[in-house]
Amino acid sequence: MRLRSYRTGAAGVAGAIVVAIALAGCGSSSEPGVSSTSVTFGTHQPLTGPAAPGYSEIAPASQAFFNYLNAQGGINGRKIHLIYKDDEYNPAKTVNTVNQLVLQEKVFGIFEGLGTPTHTKVVGFLNSSKVPDMFVASGCPCWDNGTAQPYTFGWQPNYTIEGKILGQYIKQHFAGKRVGVFYQDDDFGTGGLTGIRYELPASQIVSAQPYQPGGTNVAPQISAIKAAGAQVLVDFTVPIYTALGQLASFTLGYKPQLVVSNVGIDPTTVGGLLKTFSKGKAGTELIEGAITDGYLPSNTDLSNPWIALFKKVHDQYDASAPFDGNVEYGMANAYTLAQALQLAGKKLTRQDLVGAVNTTGSKLTGPGLVPFRYSTSVHGGYAGAEMGQVRGGQIVLFGGPLVTEPTAGSAITPYTTAQPAPPASGVSVP
Amino acid sequence: MSALAARIPRPHSSLVRSLGLVVLAGAVLLIASEALGAYDELQLANGAYYFAVLAGLTVLIGLSGQISLGHGALMAVGAYTVALLIGDERWALVPALLAAVVVTTLVGVLVGAAATRLRGPYLAGATLAFAVGLPALADKYTSLLGGENGLVINPPTPPSGLGANFPLERWEAWIACAGALVVLFTMNNLVHSGVGRSFRAVRDDEIAASLCGLHVGRVQTVAFVVSAACAGLGGGLLAVVLQLASPGAFALQLSLSLLTAVVLGGLGSILGAVWGAAVLVLLPGWTNDIAHSFSLSTQVSANLPLAIYGLVLILAMLVWPSGIQGAVRVAVSRIRERHAPGAGESSP
Repeated sequence: MRLRSYRTGAAGVAGAIVVAIALAGCGSSSEPGVSSTSVTFGTHQPLTGPAAPGYSEIAPASQAFFNYLNAQGGINGRKIHLIYKDDEYNPAKTVNTVNQLVLQEKVFGIFEGLGTPTHTKVVGFLNSSKVPDMFVASGCPCWDNGTAQPYTFGWQPNYTIEGKILGQYIKQHFAGKRVGVFYQDDDFGTGGLTGIRYELPASQIVSAQPYQPGGTNVAPQISAIKAAGAQVLVDFTVPIYTALGQLASFTLGYKPQLVVSNVGIDPTTVGGLLKTFSKGKAGTELIEGAITDGYLPSNTDLSNPWIALFKKVHDQYDASAPFDGNVEYGMANAYTLAQALQLAGKKLTRQDLVGAVNTTGSKLTGPGLVPFRYSTSVHGGYAGAEMGQVRGGQIVLFGGPLVTEPTAGSAITPYTTAQPAPPASGVSVP
Repeated sequence: MSALAARIPRPHSSLVRSLGLVVLAGAVLLIASEALGAYDELQLANGAYYFAVLAGLTVLIGLSGQISLGHGALMAVGAYTVALLIGDERWALVPALLAAVVVTTLVGVLVGAAATRLRGPYLAGATLAFAVGLPALADKYTSLLGGENGLVINPPTPPSGLGANFPLERWEAWIACAGALVVLFTMNNLVHSGVGRSFRAVRDDEIAASLCGLHVGRVQTVAFVVSAACAGLGGGLLAVVLQLASPGAFALQLSLSLLTAVVLGGLGSILGAVWGAAVLVLLPGWTNDIAHSFSLSTQVSANLPLAIYGLVLILAMLVWPSGIQGAVRVAVSRIRERHAPGAGESSP
């Protein structure tokens, strides 16, 4: 009796396993994450953790812009969906998050993956799995390699390009002054430092101090820069570390000329952090007069038609967030993805999307002040930026856009083509 | 049932029994990995290296009566050893994993020797300090250990004999499961051996054990060293599966969740370590889904899984103090009693 029930039980289990194996063998013929009516992207974002202040607003802003486009019917009849998951700016969690998005949620591609130390851990997997890795939210020079990483595309200006533009400004306006650099100890900070070193003589950079994201005590680094006598302090920092650096400087009575990367200067974010950390005693006045750069119009310039458009989308779809540089970033990047989807055509495959940016990406225009550097071998993103300064708690751009290449000898030249007006609806493509 | 069971000859040697268990478990894992999708194979790999650590930890806590809140740091030692050897020195996989076990065992000797002088909350505090302090070394020696950015290793390539399209995730699951099977064999054997009995003797009554001729300090150190070796292998497998060793993977939260998984699964039993590994792999996903289904703000929903985790632990301790394995044991013995009332067979 018992043996027969064991035998039928075993047969049942074996049969189930055979069916399961057969089902696993049947692959789907179409690509994951896309249908005739929708396309789904995934992204890993620092919704909590040391990079969350400010950056956690980016993905909701992109989603808001996609909702705006979806309300008009989407792109090529497809609604764009964005799944964003928290990786806490922790590279170990990024690996799990992206595995989940690609293998479990089966997204069409990854969009706007945020962070240099985080995204570098998933680039190999995405390229070997042939998953489009569109417009990484980081300016690491490491995305700019269309030959080795054909599926990964940068979007914001390469940190070395930014370092060169900031370095040239320091060379022209702070000649002979000693320079100290406070930078994140990964490809973000070292990329920016490389650009600075291309423009400034080695003798002018008297101190370069790295920090590890996650720690809160930056007094040793700022003390070292102050002790070296630096009169100009260059920050390649995320907003929390810009704020911590300024508070440390203030405590030490150190008042250098501040020069900050565009990723770490948004006055709303940094001012809010300063206020929180100092319990209301300090605010944006600690970054007043800081030199920075921008490749999009300043988000406080409401006379700019792109800012007016983004403000309208923000008020309708993302009203709970402050309208600051992070929200502008998320919407501008979303606009570029929508343009790429439009170019990829009605029949959308992963290869079509990647090919569209390779062929036509360099001709795209939009809210950016400078052109894109895209070709089959170059996946760099924006080619430069305009100088800016924090005046009255807002970023004011001046001097006109500048473009260059991320190499030592290439010149920095002005870019004079005017920004186009935004389309009345949808996106416009060449 | 009992009449039939009595007629099947049971091997008396625990070595043969452990080998049989390993062969059975290996067959089940092999069949399961063929049927699973890519993401689930990664989950299986995660569960396998968690099992490796938890098996050692449950022996340490359940069998030898010591406590450790620092096993996350021991995993970090194993992971960084593998990352340095495979990444920088280009060692092969198996020698690197063996080296990780050796290095972590040496660290375990040091920690274990110090631990024998401490009891209860003092031991917990010392191991907690170890858990917090060790990963911070990566930020201090950034040129060697990579800082917060971590050390990256190339993914392990499946051997060409398996075919060009063999999925990488399945190969990673196989590597991790192979390590887990080695731990299963060793630990199951240990639990049923004289060494395991000496652990229990020292746990139950140190004075009586020393009167029987057992050197209490030495036995406790051996328990610590054994659990450290398991943690080193688990950490090494983690580095291979994640292709990364970074301090963010070994935060204090890991040590605490290892402890709760061991307690939740059932202290002192190897099968309890299996349940604990399943909890560690599956519970975060479930708590995230719960948090998102309530559409909470990102700050709340990001921290809610931790709160749910703690709540589940408290409830489980109130309702099931002997963990999942304890509940399974009770259920199995109730089923047995119902089928053969009066036989009075006690469950293992």
